[in-house]
Amino acid sequence: MAHAYTPGLRVTDSALIRRERRLPLKGTVLVARGEAVEADTVVARTELPGNVHTVNIASRLSVDPAQVPGTLRRPVGSKVEKGEVIASAKSLFGLVTNTAQTPVEGTIESVSHVTGQLILREPPMPVEVGAYVRGVVAEVLPEEGVVVETQAAFVQGIFGVGGETFGEVAIAAESPDQPLLPELLSPTHRGKVVVGGAYTSHAALQRARELGVAAVVVGGFDDQDLRQLLGRDLGVAITGSEELGFTLVLTEGFGHICMADRTWRLLGAHRGELASVSGATQIRAGVMRPEILIPRGVPARAAAEESHATGLEVGSLLRVIREPHFGRIGHVAELPPELRPLESEAKVRVLVVEFADDHTRAVVPRANVELIAE
Amino acid sequence: MIAPPESIRSILATDCGSTTTKAILIEKGPEGYRLVVRGEAPTTVEAPFEDVTRGVLNAVREVEELAGRKILEGERIVSPQSGDQGVDLYVSTSSAGGGLQMMVSGLVLQMTGESAQRAALGAGAIVMDVIALNDGRRPHEKIRRLRQLRPDMILLSGGTDGGDVKRVAEMAEILVAADPKARLGSDYRLPVIYAGNRDAAPLVRECLDSRTALTVVPNLRPSLEREELKPARDAIHELFMEHVMAHAPGYKKLMTWSPVPIMPTPGAVGIIIEKVARRDGIAVVGVDIGGATTDVFSVFQGVFNRTVSANLGMSYSVSNVMAEAGIENILRWVPFPVDEVELRNRVKNKMIRPTTIPQTLEDLVIEQAIAREALRLAFQQHRSLAVGLRGVQSERTISDIMTQTETGQSLVSLMDLGLLVGSGGVLSHAPRRVQAALMMIDAFLPEGLTHLAVDSIFMAPQLGVLSTVHEEAATQVFERDCLVRLGAVLAPVGPGKPGQPCLEVRLEAQGLPPLERSVRFGELVVLPLPEEGGAKLRATPDRGLDLGPGKGRALTAEVRGGVVGLIVDCRGRRPFALPTVSATRIDRLREWNRALGVYPRDV
Repeated sequence: MAHAYTPGLRVTDSALIRRERRLPLKGTVLVARGEAVEADTVVARTELPGNVHTVNIASRLSVDPAQVPGTLRRPVGSKVEKGEVIASAKSLFGLVTNTAQTPVEGTIESVSHVTGQLILREPPMPVEVGAYVRGVVAEVLPEEGVVVETQAAFVQGIFGVGGETFGEVAIAAESPDQPLLPELLSPTHRGKVVVGGAYTSHAALQRARELGVAAVVVGGFDDQDLRQLLGRDLGVAITGSEELGFTLVLTEGFGHICMADRTWRLLGAHRGELASVSGATQIRAGVMRPEILIPRGVPARAAAEESHATGLEVGSLLRVIREPHFGRIGHVAELPPELRPLESEAKVRVLVVEFADDHTRAVVPRANVELIAE
Repeated sequence: MIAPPESIRSILATDCGSTTTKAILIEKGPEGYRLVVRGEAPTTVEAPFEDVTRGVLNAVREVEELAGRKILEGERIVSPQSGDQGVDLYVSTSSAGGGLQMMVSGLVLQMTGESAQRAALGAGAIVMDVIALNDGRRPHEKIRRLRQLRPDMILLSGGTDGGDVKRVAEMAEILVAADPKARLGSDYRLPVIYAGNRDAAPLVRECLDSRTALTVVPNLRPSLEREELKPARDAIHELFMEHVMAHAPGYKKLMTWSPVPIMPTPGAVGIIIEKVARRDGIAVVGVDIGGATTDVFSVFQGVFNRTVSANLGMSYSVSNVMAEAGIENILRWVPFPVDEVELRNRVKNKMIRPTTIPQTLEDLVIEQAIAREALRLAFQQHRSLAVGLRGVQSERTISDIMTQTETGQSLVSLMDLGLLVGSGGVLSHAPRRVQAALMMIDAFLPEGLTHLAVDSIFMAPQLGVLSTVHEEAATQVFERDCLVRLGAVLAPVGPGKPGQPCLEVRLEAQGLPPLERSVRFGELVVLPLPEEGGAKLRATPDRGLDLGPGKGRALTAEVRGGVVGLIVDCRGRRPFALPTVSATRIDRLREWNRALGVYPRDV
C-alpha cells in the first residue's frame, strides 16, 4: 500500500487554520467578510422546523375519515394554542358534541381524508452558530454560514469527548509525566483550559466539573474511567455531542502515557492565552480529531495552508502507537524495504526506531507508528 | 456495449471501498480465466480529492506496473483490448462514502417490516432503521427519527394485496410530515420505493409523488405466504445508480467507463455466494468481517439472506464488540490471564488508531479473541433475521403441536451447512490458516461435516458483479484464485463428559495411507487432507451423538481437501461450553492450540 503508516497528529506553534461554521439548515449570516470575530460571536442563525404531532381526529370524534376535513374549526395553516378545540362533531342524534383538542401549541400542517389524521407542527426552534475561534471571516457561505480564518498554535489530540468550548490556558501539572490529580485543581481553574500531564482519573474530572473547568487536556485516560464518565461503554468513536459540563482531550491515547514533550512545551508557552477546544472525534470516513487552537493575532496571508506530513524518512520523529513499545517516541533509524516477520508471524513492512529516551533500538511495523508532524 | 463472453480476453474489475480501492486484472489463458495481479490505492471520494476515479486510476496504475502492461491511455481505460494494451471488459462495485444507507418501513415490524428489511439488505444496503406502525414509537417520534437520519433512499412497504389501505396511507403521511432529506446533496429529491399493497398505490402516489422521487414496484409481500423481493431489490439497484451514485463525487464519470451498472459491494458478494450455493446444491454461509462492519450472507433451503452488523468490526467498531459481547466473553478465548483495565485500554487504542496491527503473539491472540466474538454476534443477528415468513397460516398436525413449531423460525441450520467462507483482514491475513479455521469454528459452532474456506484477498465483490455478465470467468477465478480451501470440520452434536469415547474416524485419500483415529470427548484434533482433491470419510459417533444421519449413526461423505486438513471437534455442541474455572479453561485452550498448531508457542 502506498501509505501504510498513520499520518501524524499536528502539533505546531503557528498554522493558518480555517474552520467552517455552517448552519444545519439555510438561515441568515450575521457577519460580513473581513469582519473580526471572537470565539463567542454569533455568526449565523436559523430556525429549525418544530416537532410534528399527529392527532387522530376520526377516532377522537368517532367519525369516518372522509368527514374529518369538514369537522375542523380552523383551516389548515392556522396557528393554534395548546388545548384549543380544533375539531368537533355531533353524535347520538345531535345530542352529544365530541371535540378534539390540540396536544401542543403549533400550526395545522395537513389533514387526511383517508386516515383521519391531523398533523400539527410545533413552533420553530432557533439555532445559532458561534465563531468558535477568534479570527477573521474569510468567506461567507450565503445563507449557510461562514469560514473563520485564524493564525494559531494548533494541537491535534487523538481522542476527545464533549463539544466546543474556550478559555484561558492553565497548566496544572508540573511535568508531562505527572498525573493530573484532583488536588492539583483549584477554583482558579474555573472557565479555563487546564493542561495536565500523563494521565487523569475519573475523580479528577469530577472535581473539574464541580469547579466549572472548561476543558481538560492530558496525555492519557483509562477506558474504565471513560465508561464511568459517560455512563456507558463507548462503542464507536463518534463523539462531540456529550454534555459533560467540560471537554476532555487526550493527546496520546488510553492508559498512563506521558504527554509528548513538544505538545507539553507548546501548551506551556501559551499559558494565560485564550484557547478554543473541541473534543469532537470521528474515526471513520472523514476523520476528525479533537483540537486545541490558540489564536495568535491577525492571520498572515502568506503563511502556508494547513499542511500534511509527507512520509516516513530516516530521521523522522515518530511515536509508537501499539504494544510492545506503545507511547514511546523516537527517530526512524532504518527503513528496510523488504517484508519482515514479526513475533506474531505476520510478514509486514517494518522500520527500525531509535528511542529518544535511552537510545535503544527496536523493530516495529510501519503500521504501528505515527509521525509527529512539525 | 458488452462484447460476447467468449470473445473476452481480459477483464479489469475494481471495488471502491470506504478506505481502499482494489483493482484486479483477469486474463484468459490456456487453462481458462485466472487472476493476474491485484493493485490497490486509497479511495478518493472525500476531500481533498472528492473524485472516486482518482483512486480507481491509482489502483489501475499499480496493476499496470505489476502486470507490466498498459491498460490506461491518459485517464481512460482502453477497451476493447488492442494488442497488449487495454482490457475487453471493465466492471466495478462500490461501498465508498458509507455505502448505500436506507430506511425501510412496513406496517407490522415482524411481517412487512422484516420483508422490507430483507429486501434492502439483500440489495446491499445498510438499514439505518425500520419504521413500522407497531414499532413502539409514537407518530411524532417516528417523524423525528425520519428527519434526523438522512438516508440515501427509503423503501416503503406494507399490507398484502387487497388488504386495508388506510394504514399504508398513514405511513405515507408520516413520511410527508417528516419531509426527510437525502444524504448526498440538498438539491435533489429523495428516492422512495413503494412496494406495498397495490390497492394503496394511488393514495401513496397522491401523497408522495410531488415531494419525492417515487418509484412504485410490485408488492414485496403480496400475500402472507409469499415474499417477492426481487422487484424491490432491482429498483434499489437502479435507483442506487440513478440517484445515489450519480450524486457521489466522481461517480458520473466512473459510470461511463463501465458497460455494467456499478453495484453496491455487499450486493455483489451476495450474488457470488448465491451462485456457489446453487451450483453445488449446498447451504453456504459467507462472512466478511471488516473494520467497521460485519456482513453475513447465507443460502439455506435455496433462500438467500444477508445481514450487516453495522457496528461490529475489528478497528473502527472494535470497542463496540467489547461493549456488546462483554469483556468476559472475549477473555474466555484468551489462554493467559489479562488485566481488565489493560485490555480495555488496548481495545480503545485500536479504535482510535484503527490501522495498527498486532506485533506480539499475545496481541494477536487478543485480536483473534475479539474477532471470535464479533463473528459470533454478527451470526446471531443473522440467524434472527434469516427466518421463514412470519404470520403465515399453515396447517398444523399433531406432531407440530407437540414440538411447538411456529412460523418465523430461523432458516439457518448448522447441521445442513455445507460451506463456510470467511473474508476480511483478520481471517484472510491470519498468519496461520488454521487460526482462521479455528476462529470461524469457535464463532459459528458448525455441526456435522462443514467445509471451510477463506477469500484470499477479498475478490468476491468484483467477481459478483462480473458474474452478472460473465459467469464462467467469475466462477473460474473464484474457485482457483479467490477461495483458499482450508479443509473441513467434523463436529458431533450432543452432550458428553471429557475423556469419554466420542468418535471413530476413518479417512482414505489418494496418495496418503488410510488413517483411523479414535477421538475422545473434549478433544480437538486435526487429520491431514490433500491440498487438492479429496478424501473418503467414514465417521461413527458414540451413542447419543449425532453427525447428521442420526444419533450413533455413521456418516459417510466425500471431504474436499484443504491447506489445514480435517479438524475433528469433539468439544461438544448444544451445549458448547468452555470450563468456567479460569485455570482449567486456560489449560484446555492451550491443549487445543497445541493439538492444532495454532500458534508457534504456548502463549
